[in-house]
Amino acid sequence: MTTLTETLPKPAARRVGPRATLNHSLTLTWRNLVQIKHDPWELLGLSVQPIMLLLLFVYVFGGAIAGNTTDYLQFALPGIIAQNVLYSTVGTAIALNTDIAKGVFDRLRSLPIARTAPLTGRIVADSVKQLWALGLFLGIGALLGFRVQNGVGGVLGTVALLMVFTLSMSWLAVLVGLTAKNPERVQLLTFSLIMPLTFTSNAFVPSETMPGWLRTWAEVNPVSQLADAVRGMLIGGEVAAPTTNSLLWAVGVIVVFAPLAVRAFRRGR
Amino acid sequence: MRYAIQAEGLAKHYGATKALDGVGLVVPQGRLLGVLGPNGAGKTTAVRVLATLIRPDAGRAEVGGFDVVRDAHQVRSLIGLTGQYASVDESLTGTENLVMIGRLLDLPRRAAKARAAELLTRFELTEAADRAAKTYSGGMRRRLDLAASLVGRPQVLFLDEPTTGLDPRSRTELWGVVRSLIADGVTVLLTTQYLEEADQLADDIVVFDHGRVIASGTPDELKATTGTQVLELKPVDGERLGQAESVVATVVGVRPDVAEGRVSVRVKDPAVVPAIVRALDDLGVVAAELTLRKSSLDEVFLALTGDNPAQPARHVKEAVSA
Repeated sequence: MTTLTETLPKPAARRVGPRATLNHSLTLTWRNLVQIKHDPWELLGLSVQPIMLLLLFVYVFGGAIAGNTTDYLQFALPGIIAQNVLYSTVGTAIALNTDIAKGVFDRLRSLPIARTAPLTGRIVADSVKQLWALGLFLGIGALLGFRVQNGVGGVLGTVALLMVFTLSMSWLAVLVGLTAKNPERVQLLTFSLIMPLTFTSNAFVPSETMPGWLRTWAEVNPVSQLADAVRGMLIGGEVAAPTTNSLLWAVGVIVVFAPLAVRAFRRGR
Repeated sequence: MRYAIQAEGLAKHYGATKALDGVGLVVPQGRLLGVLGPNGAGKTTAVRVLATLIRPDAGRAEVGGFDVVRDAHQVRSLIGLTGQYASVDESLTGTENLVMIGRLLDLPRRAAKARAAELLTRFELTEAADRAAKTYSGGMRRRLDLAASLVGRPQVLFLDEPTTGLDPRSRTELWGVVRSLIADGVTVLLTTQYLEEADQLADDIVVFDHGRVIASGTPDELKATTGTQVLELKPVDGERLGQAESVVATVVGVRPDVAEGRVSVRVKDPAVVPAIVRALDDLGVVAAELTLRKSSLDEVFLALTGDNPAQPARHVKEAVSA
């Protein structure tokens, strides 16, 4: 007779090794991505919003802002790519918070796995989704007439920078996801943070016409820095300064929010 | 005797609320401890401490000989946890949920798949194996949740209100599974609000209230603590209920309760039964039903915790004074 729980020798290891940590993180990444297979709506949601935003901005505002839609597309697409990084972190925060509310997080924490795996699994999965969105932007952009000037190198540079930036912003998302009372609050909190942040940047409009104080902010705004870096890499222009500034922002966010997020995670609930 | 779970002086508070206020308990290997208590008594907090999800503010606990704070990782490799809420990933299929756990427990992919299939068969979920868990019924979801906690063949299993919200059939099925686990030698700590559940499954019971253990013992010992039995009498002829009531009142010396055509009263001395039978016989009252039974765990529970808003206050007072 087979029993359900014949006792196996248990590993008495006190810690999880680096290889197991990697495997646990990848398993949880898989878990977060395989959901898309069962819920095509998620992929649709992931795709529709960026496409809609792109079309609306280019065809509604483009003429007014840049005189014609073709010029505006060149300017706005990198900006939209940059601001989308921030919006995608909302999904990270909500998914994490939902896991906690549903008890999935407790199940994971009761397993002998690397403590950080539930977080890294989430972050890596969301970076993959970010890549999908980037591909979509460039694809749709190309159809509308956006031309990458700097070739494969520019695209790869963009991918690398976006991944680093996503990684850092994820820590903020993790903190919100861990500490907010429910998914609705996560939504409210993140949107009221991200909306002003993205609109006070040069993602959609050049900052020159803004009042002085706002312009000063818009120029240091991480979304502007990221947008400028992506512009430089894809269509030409300055690359070094905005890229450095973007990376500085990314490091700053990690330094401040990663310890807070880890502390919230350790404290449990 | 070796204890699979051992806790002493566990305390945990959230602000001014003392969720645990000095809880001690032991569970010998291979036995099932039922933790009974009303909502908010601290049952779930105790499970969360023992399952290494939260740290106690004071006190200590060991599971399988490992300290739940210092050796949390080893504890986690021995335990399975099924929470109050079915903690499966609803957007994954049954198979995917179990494979994920297997992979997290470092099983090779093939072994994880085999283990998942084995458990799905055991829990009669094979047909639903490739459907997302969100399409499952409550009972199926709970079975999947239990299966998920068994992937790692735990030696100690925590079941936090595993049958809350289940229909009677699913509940009975789950009880069967728990019994088979006990037969396999697994140690189980089960929290429940259902006294019947504890009575059915538990070797030992502790009763929690306001973060403390207010009683412990075997189900029979607990039932005996109130020291009384309940006598119930139902005359064939409903019209003669008044006569039956006065007979009981005279013999026992206490005014009985009358409800639904039935007279009931707490008695300490079983010798009243023949006296009642004789008196009824003299009056020509025929009893359709005359029983003397042990206090049910419900009555013990009420007597111990003294507050159950679902019950009329009358019963509570009576139970306390008994």
